[in-house]
Amino acid sequence: MTDGTAGNGVAERPMRLSVKKTWKMYIGGAFVRSESGHTLTTGAEAGGAAATGAQSQEVICRGSRKDVRDAVKAALGAQPSWRGKSAYLRGQILYRLAEVMESRREELEERLLRGGAEAKAATREVDTAIDRVVTFAGWSDKYQSLLASSNPVVGPHFGFSVPEPVGVVGIVAPSRPSLLGLVGAVCPVVVSGNTAVVLVSEADPITALTLAECFATSDFPGGVVNLLTGLGAELIEPLVRHKGVRALDLWGVEDERARQLEAFAADSVKRVTRRIYEEIDWYDAAASGLGFIEPFLETKTVWHPMGV
Amino acid sequence: MSIKLATSQPPAPSRRELRFGAAWPYSPAKEGTGPVRLRERYEHFIGGERRAPEGGVYYATVSPATEEPLAEVARGDEADVERAVHAARQAFEPWSRLPGLERGKYLFRIARAIQERARELAIVESMDGGKPIKESRDFDVPQAAQTFFYYAGWADKLTHAFHGRPVRPLGVAGQIIPWNFPLLMAAWKLAPALACGNTVVLKPAETTPLTALLLSEIIEAAELPPGVVNVVTGFGDAGAALVRHPGVDKVAFTGSTAVGKQIQKALAGTRRRLTLELGGKGAHLVFQDAPLDQAVEGVIQGIFFNQGHVCCAGSRLLVEESIADALLVKLKARIQTLNVGDPLDKNTDIGAINSKEQLERIQALVAAGEAEGAERYSAPLPVKERGYFFPPTVFTRVAQSSRLAQEEIFGPVLSVLTFRTESEAVEKANNTFYGLSAGIWTNKSARVFDLAGKLEAGVVWGNTYNQFDPSSPFGGYKESGFGREGGRQGLASYLHVG
Repeated sequence: MTDGTAGNGVAERPMRLSVKKTWKMYIGGAFVRSESGHTLTTGAEAGGAAATGAQSQEVICRGSRKDVRDAVKAALGAQPSWRGKSAYLRGQILYRLAEVMESRREELEERLLRGGAEAKAATREVDTAIDRVVTFAGWSDKYQSLLASSNPVVGPHFGFSVPEPVGVVGIVAPSRPSLLGLVGAVCPVVVSGNTAVVLVSEADPITALTLAECFATSDFPGGVVNLLTGLGAELIEPLVRHKGVRALDLWGVEDERARQLEAFAADSVKRVTRRIYEEIDWYDAAASGLGFIEPFLETKTVWHPMGV
Repeated sequence: MSIKLATSQPPAPSRRELRFGAAWPYSPAKEGTGPVRLRERYEHFIGGERRAPEGGVYYATVSPATEEPLAEVARGDEADVERAVHAARQAFEPWSRLPGLERGKYLFRIARAIQERARELAIVESMDGGKPIKESRDFDVPQAAQTFFYYAGWADKLTHAFHGRPVRPLGVAGQIIPWNFPLLMAAWKLAPALACGNTVVLKPAETTPLTALLLSEIIEAAELPPGVVNVVTGFGDAGAALVRHPGVDKVAFTGSTAVGKQIQKALAGTRRRLTLELGGKGAHLVFQDAPLDQAVEGVIQGIFFNQGHVCCAGSRLLVEESIADALLVKLKARIQTLNVGDPLDKNTDIGAINSKEQLERIQALVAAGEAEGAERYSAPLPVKERGYFFPPTVFTRVAQSSRLAQEEIFGPVLSVLTFRTESEAVEKANNTFYGLSAGIWTNKSARVFDLAGKLEAGVVWGNTYNQFDPSSPFGGYKESGFGREGGRQGLASYLHVG
């Protein structure tokens, strides 16, 4: 229509170039480029399921060793105040994340579709991911009553053991399911007061970065969750070797590579949890249980005399 | 409460004090009632609908601070209870079969809605019940929201709660709540019951029905299935009908020990489940080595919180003899600085006594104490032409056997006794049929843990008092009742655990 209407008097939208988003990493509450200046094109180098056409090719940051260090520094900085918050408050903040995800669910579904998911599967994954956050929000002030103990020691002492967060946890996120796997790995780590440095799915980093925007707009303090994109081959080792990282949650790292990585981890006596994401039924309630929280807790035992 | 006494330790008789008293009164700081939109008349909430009482009778709920009626409320009878229990029974199957996660999500909605309507709820709570706005605003309402938030999170974790043992809900719970924390007690009762998959008939106290009715609006707006929560307002006869109804699988009652005993008798032999949260006569122990100023604040908080209308109030102060005089000087001085008055004034420390009946009960017990020879000290009470008020009051020379030391006054009245040894303190503290709460003030934490084991009380506070949290179980020993509310333990009150 040359008169600028669609023939029925309604103005046709004039030609407009869309604004493309630069996908940045999420470190210390800010969206940042890699300090290296390097980028990757999804679907090109990664060769993942995203390579379904020019439209789905996106430029992402190729995180560097220095980015890993920056992220650990941010996570360390955020640790004291995050673990110092009341369990109730941490629960409310997680619940806020679920609220934000619910209001952005269409975008999350669209990212999953572009990342290679089927329509029905994407809907189910987003539903379950939001509910998973709700479940972990509820865990914030409850796992203690199941994992702590009153110790009936011989002698006049009042003894108890309580769970405490380990500190900074390095997470190599499951490749699939890219949203539910990420949510299901990160929430149980941070709910207890840990902070996390996460290498997100190489297969579908854009979904993870969309989730980063949910973290950024919920009430999570900066630095509690840090998301890095790039090549696992380059980033896992500096994460594993960093002395500020107290525990590791490695998803989908194969045995041979794990032998080397876990040996590095031994240099600073990290607690290592290694799991195969294909073996987990992410849609089962068991994936939201205590078994996901407990590996990232220390037990502190306290003795106190009874009687003067 | 910015007035501080300039004191030296230990206080000498000639010490200098800054006493502002009436010379420097607070300006009024009244909370506006703008957010409140009370209806003229409230019906029952049964089966998801507002239902007029079968008997057609309404009664006025009155502001105890002004004696003015606030709204008309349905007076429930047996027929209303019958309808409500029927609605709850109908709703039970589908509600209990709902995945725990989904039940939890309903409760999260309620928690959020309470937070959204927090100020309105706080103002109505103070108008209807007489408690200071600073308490309803900063304690009752936030705790109510937190309670729903807490139990929402348990709904999908019930098998975890009992280490994998199988659990199933009880059925229909009949819940009768008191007038001292109307909204919070509704939350304490409803949240765990619903999380566990039960349906509920709730009977609020006759003098404070309004916030429970507002909560029923929140529940309606949260789209809970009809009949899952039913609210029947009215008097003791409605409560009794609920207790006796054979369609009720579980009775949960918070109130006086006398009524609790009647309920336990009514349920005898029925296999219907019961939890009771009854009266108390909390002992508050202060040892010679306690930080005195903090202990005085703790004692004040322990007895005058919510006008002393608290089942776990620290109504018996047990002081080590060597510091009794020094402590009493500070206590009496501190009492004078408490603001008694309009519950809606943000500076008010002690609001209105909940009802005329309760005021008369307090007056009668205080008169009995004076007749028994106890020495009374009351702070001056500002003259009020209307409303039910009672000044903060301390009794000394109280005998163990005195009614002041034995009976629950449920008002701003503290009895002071002394002790010389730790074992005497324990013996006196335990010398009561009640066993709800106790407090200990001492510099020796080893003594706190030792005495915590020796005191016959469901809750023991060390160097603090009146602390509450949904994650922390609350309930009594002995004639203060049985069952716990709060925490993981609170779930057991609403489940069959295999």
